[in-house]
Amino acid sequence: MSTAVEIADARANKFGHQLYAGRARAIVERSLLALRSSTWVPIATGFVEPVLYLLAFGYGMGELIGNVDFGGKTIDYTVFIAPGLLATSAMNGAIYDSTWNVFFKLNESKLYQGMLATPLGPLDVALGEITWALLRGLSYAMAFMAITAPLGLVPGVAAILAIPAAVFIAFGFASFGMAITSYFKTYQQMGMINIVLLPMFLFSGSLYPISVYPDWLEFLIKLMPSWHGIELVRDIWFSAFDNGTLIHVSYFCVMIVTGLYFTTRRLRNLFMR
Amino acid sequence: MSESLISARGLTKKYGDFTAVNAIDFDVAKGESFGLLGPNGAGKSTTMRIIAATSQRTAGTISILGRDPEEHGPQIRAHLGVVPQQDNLDGELTVTENLFIYGRYFGLSKKFIRAKIEELLEFAQLEEKRNVKVDALSGGMKRRLTIARALVSEPDILMLDEPTTGLDPQARHILWDRLFRLKETGVTLVLTTHFMDEAEQLCDRLVVMDNGKIMAEGSPLELIKVYSTKEVLEVRFGSERNKEVAPILRGMCDRIEELPDRILMYVEDGEALLEEIIAKKLHPTTSLVRRSSLEDVFLRLTGRSLIE
Repeated sequence: MSTAVEIADARANKFGHQLYAGRARAIVERSLLALRSSTWVPIATGFVEPVLYLLAFGYGMGELIGNVDFGGKTIDYTVFIAPGLLATSAMNGAIYDSTWNVFFKLNESKLYQGMLATPLGPLDVALGEITWALLRGLSYAMAFMAITAPLGLVPGVAAILAIPAAVFIAFGFASFGMAITSYFKTYQQMGMINIVLLPMFLFSGSLYPISVYPDWLEFLIKLMPSWHGIELVRDIWFSAFDNGTLIHVSYFCVMIVTGLYFTTRRLRNLFMR
Repeated sequence: MSESLISARGLTKKYGDFTAVNAIDFDVAKGESFGLLGPNGAGKSTTMRIIAATSQRTAGTISILGRDPEEHGPQIRAHLGVVPQQDNLDGELTVTENLFIYGRYFGLSKKFIRAKIEELLEFAQLEEKRNVKVDALSGGMKRRLTIARALVSEPDILMLDEPTTGLDPQARHILWDRLFRLKETGVTLVLTTHFMDEAEQLCDRLVVMDNGKIMAEGSPLELIKVYSTKEVLEVRFGSERNKEVAPILRGMCDRIEELPDRILMYVEDGEALLEEIIAKKLHPTTSLVRRSSLEDVFLRLTGRSLIE
């Protein structure tokens, strides 16, 4: 059985040992413990929202709209919006944990301060919290899939790959969300996140193709992570891959790395300077 | 002095133009209970954070167990148990879960921690609260839990920042008793306080800090011996007459301090001096002879009271 000192000494010469103790899982364990005693209402809300959109738009509006052209094929409107809403569901899950929950632990409960007084490094905290956020994204994506499959909205078995894709984009959102949150000091600033998020999801092509926009707006929407996320999941859903798919993947790779970098840096400056 | 666990030379910390810690030197020996005494803003907490490898110095050197915290932060933190000024317990978890997860942060095995938890619950007198969420604990219990949490990794050095601030007298005494037991087991304690009674109770040796500098160093008894007299006579004449009488009193002993409400007279024999004063028919409204304390040392060194 190793002592705390032996465990820390074993990493003393490793690259980046000041930033990462190789124990992000301890942070995930902490979240699991906290989950047992937490209230289920906010967790359920994040999942129910996209399902409500599916019902209202797919089965409500969808009756009026009928079919949509996508990638040269004509598909049912409800089938068209399902992957977009799956992506939204996963993003919602990731954002909830990486913004408001992180803000509370950073500023109210001073939890990260306590963690960083141990041999843990800021990258352990960042990776642990982000992993937890994308686990939530994963569970939302799976639940959404479990609802849409029996309704006949999933075109084929290959569409199951939309779940790992959803986790991947959740990683991007969680990483970036935590980075932004770590710079915010007040509730007013946090409120901005909500103001930005809702229109971003509504107008990023989850409910209709963005080709309906004028060119300048279409261009603007194509810069948004939500559009890349929705398109990535939709490409996989319908097995319609092209160069665009690769761009979507690269977009999230950059988002993940940038988010991790700034989160780690900020935690270090806040608690270890 | 035996083996030095912590050694600082010219240690300095600046925040912009503000110098929080100004070129201080100190050593802490193994098994010693070392205190940083001073008013709020003296630089005690900053010094503690530098030792705890959670803040980086601006200049000077510091070595903790022979290592530089800038190079070996995680390795140094593995040796330390940290009790911060404000409790940062995990409010979403129970007492046991708090101890458990903190051990996991150090990478300790679940088996080891589970055994350790029983020992710590007993030490902190929290056995009956084991499954209670920490938000439901009293201030004293939270402090004891924070100390127990800091001990889960079996640290060589326990760092306590203002351990009893905000606690009622009974809770303070329970805490002091626990810390005293720890000291007996050989744990090195480093603590800050602005309570002189706490410093006298717990510290083998201490430094008096003010404005980021060390004003004096020694055991509580040594400090009192060097910077104060054996006894202090406190006399009150009422706020009006204090000013009138002070010049007369000044001639009667080596040193007096005029405080807003009373006059302190530093002498070897307080009772004898009081008789002299009464013989001069000065008649103080109240009088008290007491032993010199660290408060007097601080007053002598800085011209101010510790708690203002």
